[in-house]
Amino acid sequence: MRIDLENLKKDYNGFKAVDGISLHITENCIYGIIGKSGAGKSTLVRMISLLESPDEGKIFYDKKRMDNLDKKSLILARRQFGMIFQNFNLFSSRNVKENIAYPMEINGYSKIEIKKKVQELLNTVDLADKGLSPISKLSGGQKQRVAIARALACNPKVLFCDEATSALDPQTTRSILSLLKDIQKKMNLTVVLITHQMEVVRDSCDFVSVLDEGKIVEQGMVKDIFSNPKHPVTNDFLSHLSNDNVKKPGYVLRFRGSLTDTPVISKLTREIGVEINIRSGGVQEVAGEEIGKILCDISGDEEQKKQAIDYLIKHGIVVEKEVINE
Amino acid sequence: MNNVLSLVLESTWQTLVMVFFSGLFSMVIGLPLGILLYTTGSEEQGGITPKPLLNNILGRIVNIFRSFPFLILMILLLPFSRLIIGKSIGTAATIVPLSVAAAPFVARVIETALKEVDPGVIQAARSMGSTNSQIIFKVLLPEALPSLVDGITLTIINLIGYSAMAGVIGGGGLGDLAIRYGYQRFNSVILFWAVIVILVLVELVQFAGNKISSKMLVRR
Repeated sequence: MRIDLENLKKDYNGFKAVDGISLHITENCIYGIIGKSGAGKSTLVRMISLLESPDEGKIFYDKKRMDNLDKKSLILARRQFGMIFQNFNLFSSRNVKENIAYPMEINGYSKIEIKKKVQELLNTVDLADKGLSPISKLSGGQKQRVAIARALACNPKVLFCDEATSALDPQTTRSILSLLKDIQKKMNLTVVLITHQMEVVRDSCDFVSVLDEGKIVEQGMVKDIFSNPKHPVTNDFLSHLSNDNVKKPGYVLRFRGSLTDTPVISKLTREIGVEINIRSGGVQEVAGEEIGKILCDISGDEEQKKQAIDYLIKHGIVVEKEVINE
Repeated sequence: MNNVLSLVLESTWQTLVMVFFSGLFSMVIGLPLGILLYTTGSEEQGGITPKPLLNNILGRIVNIFRSFPFLILMILLLPFSRLIIGKSIGTAATIVPLSVAAAPFVARVIETALKEVDPGVIQAARSMGSTNSQIIFKVLLPEALPSLVDGITLTIINLIGYSAMAGVIGGGGLGDLAIRYGYQRFNSVILFWAVIVILVLVELVQFAGNKISSKMLVRR
């Protein structure tokens, strides 16, 4: 489903939470909206998902105006969306299956339909053996999977993710994002993903809008924004990003303290004659000391490579071979 | 001794009848009132259909009834009892003021229990397109159930206390027994047993209430 926003405004007692946002979210993609806390992204998503009405502006779903619906059509319209949240917001009074069943219950599905669909969804989110588990017994990642299953129960056309991975650790975040990507493709969903983490945008989104002080400061394809950021806020987000997700570097070099000032690598290439291709690297201050890390490939014949590694180790650099980061 | 036993038994029965029916009626009035207090409350407090004026009026009425001393409320309600039950003394007549006194208490207890429900969960239910009644009956009440049970336990214990006061207007029950035999006729044996039975009743209700609500929490 295609979503168009036209000059949306929302004001809380004089504070302009959303200040004239126009946005076109094409169907069948993952659209990221990134911003710091207070940038207006929660307000924006609450308006797009029709939980809150804008003070000004228009919202269209597939060209159909949605911001001026009466109460009844509003409730029906919301049933075409799924939504997942930072704090999962599952019903503690219901077990996993009953949580997933809820949207179908309020939509009047039959008991048999519900049972069948719940099982299907449990398989989709890889929780087939947890159906009868109480919510409190699940880990954060499992809770978010239940929430995803619940959000998908009535075959929504749009899925909103409101900081859905912000309470999860990096590994779990990755697995939730890859689940979302799979589901997006399988169900031809439009996914609107709100986040403050650039990693999340990088790892999952096709398009992104950068939000600051209630306005969009930059938008476009994720590839373009990453390769050519224009606004300082975007740059700021990108600068906090670690580069560790480059594919299969040959070696990881770690070094500390004074070594960060020594041109070991350039000396190495001159003295031994290997070529070093640096994929990414950086120096960070850890507990008052500078610690450096370089991901690189070393090319040359085996003998040269061995010499090069010995050379590096002799100079106090820790060398790890072929660490795979994806 | 036999006489004492039968007196205490009869009064215990009357107390149980009073507490049961006044509990039931106060719930019938207090539950919808409590839900209304919550749903019409401000959005920050979780109200799903904020109506400040209605909420304010309801809140005032509930507060007035709650701050009324029970004895005076009972006396003021005597004509009302006569209108409904046909008489103003006895066990049945006492149920009317007891229910009226407990209903606002129940309403606040229900409101407080509902306010404990995570607003995020309600937002999730709304985002899925739940109607207000679906939110109330399929989300709010089930989510708040353990706290609701605690609140109902508290109400019943209060009612046992109130029902003892009802002895003053000849309401029957253990309080009446204690006043007539224990206080006015200096029969300390009966006074003693009346108090013991009241204490045991309170303990039993508290025990049962705790058991039920903790059992519910364990399954979550």
